[in-house]
Amino acid sequence: MPDPSFLLLQSLNGLTYAMFLFLIASGLSLIFGILGILNFAHGSLYMLGAYFTHQFVSLFVDAPGQFWWAVLFASLTVAALGAAIERFFLRHLYAREELYQLLFTYALVLILADFAKVIWGTGQFSVSRPALLKGAVPILDQYFPTYNLVIIFLGPCIAFTFWFTLLRTRWGRKIRAAALDREMLSSLGVHVNRLFTVVFFIGAWLAGLGGGLVSPVSAIVPGMDVEVIINAFIVVVIGGLGSFWGTFLGSLIVGQVYALGILVFPRHSLAFIYVLMALVLIIRPWGLLGRPLQR
Amino acid sequence: MSKEKWILSVFILLLLCIPLTESRFYVFLGTDILIFGLFAVSLNLLLGYTGLVSFGHATYFGIGAYTCALLMKKASVPFPLAFAAAGALGAISALIIGFFCIRLTKVYFAMLTLAFSQIVWAMAFKWNSLTGGDNGFVGVPFPQFLDSNVLFYYFTLGIVAGSLFLLRKVVNSPFGRILTTIRENPERTEFIGIHVKLFQLVAFMISGFFAAIAGGLFGIFNHSVFPDILFWPASAEVLIMTLLGGIYSFFGPVVGAAVLLFVRMQVTSYTEHWPVILGFTLAFLLFFFPGGIIGFLQARFARPGVNR
Repeated sequence: MPDPSFLLLQSLNGLTYAMFLFLIASGLSLIFGILGILNFAHGSLYMLGAYFTHQFVSLFVDAPGQFWWAVLFASLTVAALGAAIERFFLRHLYAREELYQLLFTYALVLILADFAKVIWGTGQFSVSRPALLKGAVPILDQYFPTYNLVIIFLGPCIAFTFWFTLLRTRWGRKIRAAALDREMLSSLGVHVNRLFTVVFFIGAWLAGLGGGLVSPVSAIVPGMDVEVIINAFIVVVIGGLGSFWGTFLGSLIVGQVYALGILVFPRHSLAFIYVLMALVLIIRPWGLLGRPLQR
Repeated sequence: MSKEKWILSVFILLLLCIPLTESRFYVFLGTDILIFGLFAVSLNLLLGYTGLVSFGHATYFGIGAYTCALLMKKASVPFPLAFAAAGALGAISALIIGFFCIRLTKVYFAMLTLAFSQIVWAMAFKWNSLTGGDNGFVGVPFPQFLDSNVLFYYFTLGIVAGSLFLLRKVVNSPFGRILTTIRENPERTEFIGIHVKLFQLVAFMISGFFAAIAGGLFGIFNHSVFPDILFWPASAEVLIMTLLGGIYSFFGPVVGAAVLLFVRMQVTSYTEHWPVILGFTLAFLLFFFPGGIIGFLQARFARPGVNR
């Protein structure tokens, strides 16, 4: 039996990871829920968020709060890119079958990954943590990085804001209506096309934000796009596609399974998470908190 | 003989003559194209004929490759038996996975097939003692009676031609017609008294069987099997081949496989930026030529009586 303080620490690590996953998966789930598109390029947007943050950090050297400004600008750039992709390309594929939309987002994966390689090469980058959060906090008899603690608090804040916007604001109501019946919404006089661009903007922003915030914790490397999209994908499958709280729950589960599973089955924690996904798929194919839905 | 049969006969003759060039390159490329051609046609039985977007087809290809290679190398099973076992295991795993997947439709179906394919990938990736994990399973020999590239090429040609012949029988049979009906409108097909899910499941199984046959050939051809062939980009690649050739034509996917593999071989000898070229080609195809190469040619030189 490992030391309880070590278990707690490992669990906190899992929680940090869960919050990153949540940021990415919630964007993926939002875009799927509203636009009906499974966006493979979501991982690429996350990767770009990380690379842009690295770029902006080196641009804003010595400015106060450089890291936060860099993350903000990077995520907004990614969001603008996402909105442009929706506006100029994806929009023309809505009338087509799912296959075309799926493969178009895959084409984006290929293109964006290669662009990143051309611009930033194949080397590793890392971003240093913001000056204020460089330290560590003592927890029981271990130390936990302050930055990770902030991420753990930031996650639920973003989740709550998000949930509040969707449920209690006019925009949120329109977005939920678009998920149910886009034709009806359009005949009620809502500019559905613009709404879709906004949704994609928000989704891409969340991916960019995830990439930006993760940059001080893990290395920025080519291939992080394909890796993260699969994890985000597992989260939404477990939680339920298009379900907001399902995504949150899915992130927590996946984060904890990765962090604690590695203690129990050091070599099989990867398989462990897939088995969990398989069980969910077999028992509740629509996910833990999703609704059985036939389109 | 119809025009199509003429074209086919000429093609088969040409394929038979490839080893006469005595070029290792063309024999290699030819084998590669035949294997992936069969793989893509097996996928198209689901995609073009039944209207099911499977995003995890590499699973059955990979299962076929691992089964055949592992049985031959680790259990010293003779090749014909190992090869048959590969097909059988492909069909069985497709039956099991298909059973869960066909309960869902459209994107949900695609996601579920993808999820299962990732599970199989994780198993192959982590099960070091059996599959060699990330390092792959290497040193798979040619079977004794096929111990040269040319012989193996002819063997592949025979197997692929036979499989395509059978698959063509399937799609032109009443069973195949019902699959097309399901593609066009599953609800109405249900109304005329057809058990849609059962037909979809059988199509899934047949498709998995032939994908595993192609995979079995691929493992021997490469003398090794790596978990990469099970990873999700591999499933995307075969979808691209199929779409590139044309999903509404029986031989379209073979054309797609041939063009993609040939162009890739040429391009990668000049530049390392093949992904970006593939990405742009794919996007261009999706927007402007949704019918693929064959679809485009048919629209351009429309002939009456062409099998859609």
